[in-house]
Amino acid sequence: MLEIADITMRFGGLVAVDRASLHVEKGSITGLIGPNGAGKTTLFGVIAGFLKPTQGRVIWQSQDITDLKPHQRAELGIARTFQIVQPFQGLNVLENITVGAYLRHHRAQDAIEKARAVAIRVGLEKDIDLPASSLTVAGRKRLELARALATEPKLLLLDEVLAGLNPSEIRDIIPVIRAIRDDGVTILMIEHVMQAVMNLCEQVYVLAQGQMIAHGTPASVCNDPAVIEAYLGKGAAARMAQTGGAHA
Amino acid sequence: MKLQGYLPILVVTALLAVVPFLSNSNTLYNFMVTSLIIALAAQGWNILGGVAGQTSFGHALFFGVGCYTAAMLQFHFGINAWLAFLMALAAGAGAGFIVGFLSFRAGLRGSYFALITLAFAELMRILANASEWTGGAAGLLLKLDPGFANMQFASRASFMWLALAFVFVGLLISRAIAGSRFGAHLVAVRENEDAARALGVDVLTVKLKAISLSGAMTAAAGVLYVQNFLYIDANIGFGAWISIEALLAPLVGGRGLVLGPLIGTFTLHGLGELTKTFAGRVPGIDLMVFAVVLICVVAFASDGMLGLLRRFAPRLAKRIAL
Repeated sequence: MLEIADITMRFGGLVAVDRASLHVEKGSITGLIGPNGAGKTTLFGVIAGFLKPTQGRVIWQSQDITDLKPHQRAELGIARTFQIVQPFQGLNVLENITVGAYLRHHRAQDAIEKARAVAIRVGLEKDIDLPASSLTVAGRKRLELARALATEPKLLLLDEVLAGLNPSEIRDIIPVIRAIRDDGVTILMIEHVMQAVMNLCEQVYVLAQGQMIAHGTPASVCNDPAVIEAYLGKGAAARMAQTGGAHA
Repeated sequence: MKLQGYLPILVVTALLAVVPFLSNSNTLYNFMVTSLIIALAAQGWNILGGVAGQTSFGHALFFGVGCYTAAMLQFHFGINAWLAFLMALAAGAGAGFIVGFLSFRAGLRGSYFALITLAFAELMRILANASEWTGGAAGLLLKLDPGFANMQFASRASFMWLALAFVFVGLLISRAIAGSRFGAHLVAVRENEDAARALGVDVLTVKLKAISLSGAMTAAAGVLYVQNFLYIDANIGFGAWISIEALLAPLVGGRGLVLGPLIGTFTLHGLGELTKTFAGRVPGIDLMVFAVVLICVVAFASDGMLGLLRRFAPRLAKRIAL
């Protein structure tokens, strides 16, 4: 469904992403993991159209979309959330979601109706009239999710929607994400919370220092020596094999 | 629920419409007409600066374009006043589009955008002052010829009602935008451009629509000015005074709110007139009042008079759908 081929993103002398490729299967939940600063969010920026790659192509349903602007990609069905949440501060929760709903519903009444439905789906129905700025961290993450969902995407790019949540909040939101996929939305997620990655993802890509170093099922990726070394340092894989503990 | 939003507009317009029946004083008519013209210019500003959050410091550009298009078409070509009015609207929208295209496409925001608008207005002021076509420093004087066809009226009340009708239409347009998809896009652009883009909002197009509409509305105020005073020169048309009036009124009344500009204008000019009455004709005393009001608003009521209403009488505010 989504194919990125040999993407390189250079900022001046810094190579943030280096010839990375990735493939997202329709109907799947695909994970993108990697140490801090690996270039994951940069890659998301490239996929959603916020950054123009120095090299490489982004292919969406066999159409080259590398030159399309973010709003055009949203129109095609690619929605993203932001790692650093970006609510419309001055608006309330419902109004925030309605902006997303206006993409496919031009009449105010339809858009508001859609926004309400989405709010219920992500568990924000009680906070609908609250100003976005008064939400808790967990609430803001749900709002990010809701706004993106309101655009009725085919592919949802989730950038660390679980970061900053406590274990019980994570437990609450995992079924929400799975339900979204079950409704036919393909998901590509950046995530540090391994519990969620193991739980949700069918395929995982590992990005380290801008390069794609591994991909496969979550279990196989976690035991990959290259991945362990990327997280824990050179030689870590060998030491772990010696002591017999291979759980990163 | 939908009609409820229009009710305050009808009430306010009706209240203003009966003013001529209360008194026939010339001072009152001058006050009303000037305030309504400024309110209309401010409504134009409010769409771009208030709702879409692109602060302009040069709405004199659009006001002046409106003034001069109407005046020159009548003066040089003898074109009918109403036709000239329509062409002035188009010119205002066109000026907005050009300024918007040049600055928004280059990614100018915040104070940079404000400075560019100021520069355009000043540029036009200097050009209008120098060109023979615009009457140079002497300005243009239109022929007095009262009659509906010429958009001139022998009775002061009639002209006040005309200005009020313009303001009313402006309010209706602002209200319709507030409850629409376009309005939601404007607010989204104001609050967070990146988030808006991610949700499929074409930020550049939305801004261009906003500045064109804003330009046309402020140009309409310029036409009213010309038709009322039958005179225009560069310092009136493109002078900083109207840029400041157009931005001050929405700030005081309630930035981004439908009735904000109108309430702000009448608050400011009402207070200005009151001080003049009490303090005598000290030159510039009304401007000092404006300054004090502005400081108070910035310090204590960042959402203006309507914001205060919302804070202290939330139920009333909700009922009139602010």
